[in-house]
Amino acid sequence: MADVTVIGAGVAGLCAALTACKAGLTPRLIDRMGAPGPHGCSWWAGGMLAPFCEGAVAEPAIITHGQNAAAFWGAVTPVTHRGSLVVALQRDRGELDRFARRTSAHQRITDLAALEPDLGAHREALFFESEAHLDPRAALADLVTALAEKGVEIECAEVTPDAIAGPVIDARGMAASLPGLRGVRGEMLVLRAPEIRLSRPVRLLHPRHPLYIVPRADGVFMLGATQLESADRRGVTARAVLELLSAAYALDPRFAEAEVLETGADLRPAYADNVPRVTVRGRVMHLNGLFRHGYLMAPALAAQAVDYLTKGIKGDLVHAD
Amino acid sequence: MRDFYGVTLANPLMLGTAQYPSPAVLEAAFRQSGAAVATVSLRREGGQGQAFWEIIKGLGVHILPNTAGCHSAREAITTAQMARELFETDWIKLEVIGHADTLQPDPFGLLEATETLAADGFQVFPYTTEDQVLGARLLDAGARVLMPWGAPIGSGLGLNNRYGLRTLRAAFPEVPMVIDAGLGRPSHAADALEMGFDAVLLNSAVAQAGDPVAMARAFALAVQAGALARDADPMAPRDMAQPSTPVIGKAWL
Repeated sequence: MADVTVIGAGVAGLCAALTACKAGLTPRLIDRMGAPGPHGCSWWAGGMLAPFCEGAVAEPAIITHGQNAAAFWGAVTPVTHRGSLVVALQRDRGELDRFARRTSAHQRITDLAALEPDLGAHREALFFESEAHLDPRAALADLVTALAEKGVEIECAEVTPDAIAGPVIDARGMAASLPGLRGVRGEMLVLRAPEIRLSRPVRLLHPRHPLYIVPRADGVFMLGATQLESADRRGVTARAVLELLSAAYALDPRFAEAEVLETGADLRPAYADNVPRVTVRGRVMHLNGLFRHGYLMAPALAAQAVDYLTKGIKGDLVHAD
Repeated sequence: MRDFYGVTLANPLMLGTAQYPSPAVLEAAFRQSGAAVATVSLRREGGQGQAFWEIIKGLGVHILPNTAGCHSAREAITTAQMARELFETDWIKLEVIGHADTLQPDPFGLLEATETLAADGFQVFPYTTEDQVLGARLLDAGARVLMPWGAPIGSGLGLNNRYGLRTLRAAFPEVPMVIDAGLGRPSHAADALEMGFDAVLLNSAVAQAGDPVAMARAFALAVQAGALARDADPMAPRDMAQPSTPVIGKAWL
């Protein structure tokens, strides 16, 4: 008999199941599609663990909890601790000043070539040395492995919390259709550009088409991401491709020669304040609203859910009557 | 105060709904701004954005859908028709963009779309330049409101051509006019109201501020100050200094 049933094997559900194991519980893990894959929005994430950069517009809770994410992930999957960079085109240098004013834990670099030779032409940047990144798909696979080692396998079944006895952690994302939850459309591209070497995520501040590029292994780069107040589930639009690639081209013209490996579009579940929540309703805890902070916030959300379940501790992300 | 197609606004402020850090911040900013109108972009954020749309409806203000991002009259007309259906209003802020970089209006496409939409019963708010001749043509085509730009969209430059804007204002004293686009600071908004414009429309200046909610309040106060000042008949600038206390008659101590 399981101590808790987790529904949903995206980043939130997997983190919750693993955190439950670490707390000495025996979880059961169910997902309507089985193992994680392109059907879940966790698949399409960038994998930046960048709480301070996100802090430019996100609520303080994201900065506070996000700082602990890299430690959680380091125990599960390879995490690259090389910081992250923020650059702006010469024309938009004011954007860099503004971003600097609105964030912390960065230093201004005037010799970018020394840090990231391929970006030398941009000279100036903000360097967030304490930030990190990971490969989200590798992280999902490593979570699945870590759970398997603890005897937890993903059961493939479509269930709702009502149909399950005992405590339930509902981590179904958009499929949970909770009150106040909305979908925020995001579109991304994966490119192979073996000529270009980047060792850390780079954000390009652009007044119209902001972009981030996350390096992955073997000359592969993830380009993201649009953010539209729309629950449209269509594939990537031509406009998104045009904008993301134009911004990437402005950052380094060699991206024009890159091979486009993948395009992706999905919905980020979000609440009105764009901060994730554990909503407690009787024996069911809904973990949702991770918005663009899945990998950054899932560890904290999981920890607070398990703390509430096992010790009755009500953390700041827990909403209970 | 001049009305907009029969609607008198409680405050001379229209606020856009894009680019806020979160819908929660958007909502708080609206409350602080006292904005009487919310503009909504349809092209990219309509259709499936039901949950977001519910938040906008919950603000309880007039909805002014726009045709942002349309580059031709035909595109703008189609978007306007979709907007009318979705938002159940005849109001349409008509944007026909003529240049991708400066986002300046295409006067010819704008006129064509205004004619078509006005004939179809729309109440058109055309986003135009300060050009007086174009203004006259748009009014002939059926627009009853003009929305001249302050400066290019998102530039925050303020009132770029004060002479042109003053001329336009003076040319059509009965026509309600909104300064739309290019405002960066509350002082720009106060300035527009002092010059006799009936309202201002802005988005980035609030949404992209470090503290959008505080900036919304600042704009609320600015439009109030500008409107009060306009009605109080501001003094005219002079080249010659004039002491407020005459030298003769000064107390002799």
